[in-house]
Amino acid sequence: MRSEPVVRIQSLVKRYGTKTAVDGLDLEASAGITAVLGPNGAGKTTTVETCEGYRRPDAGNIRVLGLDPVAQAGELRPRIGVMLQSGGVYSGARADEMLRHKAKLHAHPLDVDTLIERLGLGSCGRTTYRRLSGGQQQRLALAMAVVGRPELVFLDEPTAGLDPQARRATWDLVRDLRADGVSVILTTHHMDEAEQLSDDVAIVDAGRVIAQGSPEQLCRGGAENTLRFSGRPGLDVASLLKALPPDSAAAELTPGAYRVSGEVDPQLLATVTSWCAQHGVMPDKISVERHTLEDVFLEMTGKELRG
Amino acid sequence: MTAVGTFTPKPGAAPLSRMIGAQAVLETKMLLRNGEQLLLTVVIPTLLLVLFSSVDIVDTGDGKAVDFLTPGVLALAVMSTAFTGQAIATGFERRYGVLKLLASSPLPRWALMTAKTLSVLVTEVLQVILLTVIAFALGWNPHGNPLAVLLLLVLGTAAFSGLGLLMAGTLKAEATLAAANLVFLLLLVGGGVIVPLDKFPEAAQSVLGLLPISALSGGLRDVLQHGASMPWGDLGILAVWALVGLGAAGRFFRWE
Repeated sequence: MRSEPVVRIQSLVKRYGTKTAVDGLDLEASAGITAVLGPNGAGKTTTVETCEGYRRPDAGNIRVLGLDPVAQAGELRPRIGVMLQSGGVYSGARADEMLRHKAKLHAHPLDVDTLIERLGLGSCGRTTYRRLSGGQQQRLALAMAVVGRPELVFLDEPTAGLDPQARRATWDLVRDLRADGVSVILTTHHMDEAEQLSDDVAIVDAGRVIAQGSPEQLCRGGAENTLRFSGRPGLDVASLLKALPPDSAAAELTPGAYRVSGEVDPQLLATVTSWCAQHGVMPDKISVERHTLEDVFLEMTGKELRG
Repeated sequence: MTAVGTFTPKPGAAPLSRMIGAQAVLETKMLLRNGEQLLLTVVIPTLLLVLFSSVDIVDTGDGKAVDFLTPGVLALAVMSTAFTGQAIATGFERRYGVLKLLASSPLPRWALMTAKTLSVLVTEVLQVILLTVIAFALGWNPHGNPLAVLLLLVLGTAAFSGLGLLMAGTLKAEATLAAANLVFLLLLVGGGVIVPLDKFPEAAQSVLGLLPISALSGGLRDVLQHGASMPWGDLGILAVWALVGLGAAGRFFRWE
């Protein structure tokens, strides 16, 4: 693994006319899988496309694999793989024909037949691109992004419109890429995708990164987790609180319904149940709610992630 | 599942010649596979040549009709491939993100344009062979300097490519489709392809004569029908169109 970040963005600004799409965005992505998560219109695609050399920043500085994506495009392009949100293939080309063509543009491409089999594109046969299903088109685009054996792959909404099975297949491939040392930057507005796949998540809203960290860090930080249980009404909440670690809270919300909030971990659960045992309480309906990225996002922006 | 290490990075661009060759082959395949394109580049020129040579519909002046028509149809073939076909295909490639995705591949943009030009030239060679064989079968008797013919075809290709790419790179794909077909039809009628320019009013003639299609058909006719050695005037007109068209395309072409 490389210590140098694969992508370093400093104070990126990008405007389209009077609309500011990216507004002073800072982001560092290390080797591994980095998800850029945010609602539609947050500036994810603009950010990624600036990294790919499609757009010139209005202000700020970008380095991808240590290179300037515009000034050193010739050097950078063979080292990256790009999957656009849609399109990119001649409407009259067949899947295997297009993939073989993309392979010919690279010095040491992957074996095309293996890749076709791996992504289940073998059944496309002689079908031209415009007649492929949405899922097949997505998988072909993914195959084209990786066939040149790049160091870094940009995937823009790689599972948009895929059925659950194809989605899993895509996730598996992304994990295999990571295992073989390929870094991945993926944009998504699916929290589960970001949580499942990524080492690092950057949450983007209104053209800025508002939080970054591993999915666990993001879920733990900021948002509180809660444990709920039912028991007989009127338990001594103050006594329970004394047993809990500092920074915890406990309350009887309605008679017999209790809520403990704080850092909910196995230790806390054990503390609560042993307190109940000591007080002769049979706790019922114990439930633990850990925050998801969606809660984190809601808390930070007051917006639904699926904008 | 794939073995561990399958995706281990080993990046690198293929040699330029291989990239350009592969791209040119693919572009040519796409063109020859497209029915609408074939109608435009093969069927229409062939039909016009055969029909108007054998049936006396248009008064083509003194001499055999085929000697008048073949240079015109050759000019039409160049226009259909370099201008109409290229404009429509490139317009849709732009619309569907093909140009965009290729721009992030190791293939440099100039190499993509080189490959497109090669593909146009290959198609034109196939057209010229087909039309020449048919014309000979119809009793065509060409004259003149082959070098002048080649020069006219090359400059004509450059002029029409520039205009086609300008259209494809600035208009919406649907607008390009409509406009390229309309221009094709108008220039077919008003550019000395099958209807001699002297059938038009005098005022119109001087304007029509400056069109790239008129310069190409007129120049080819001067050489092939009348044995002129080098039609400088027509070559000059084509050169100006090529400079203006390619210059404007280079300046205004948008890749997305």
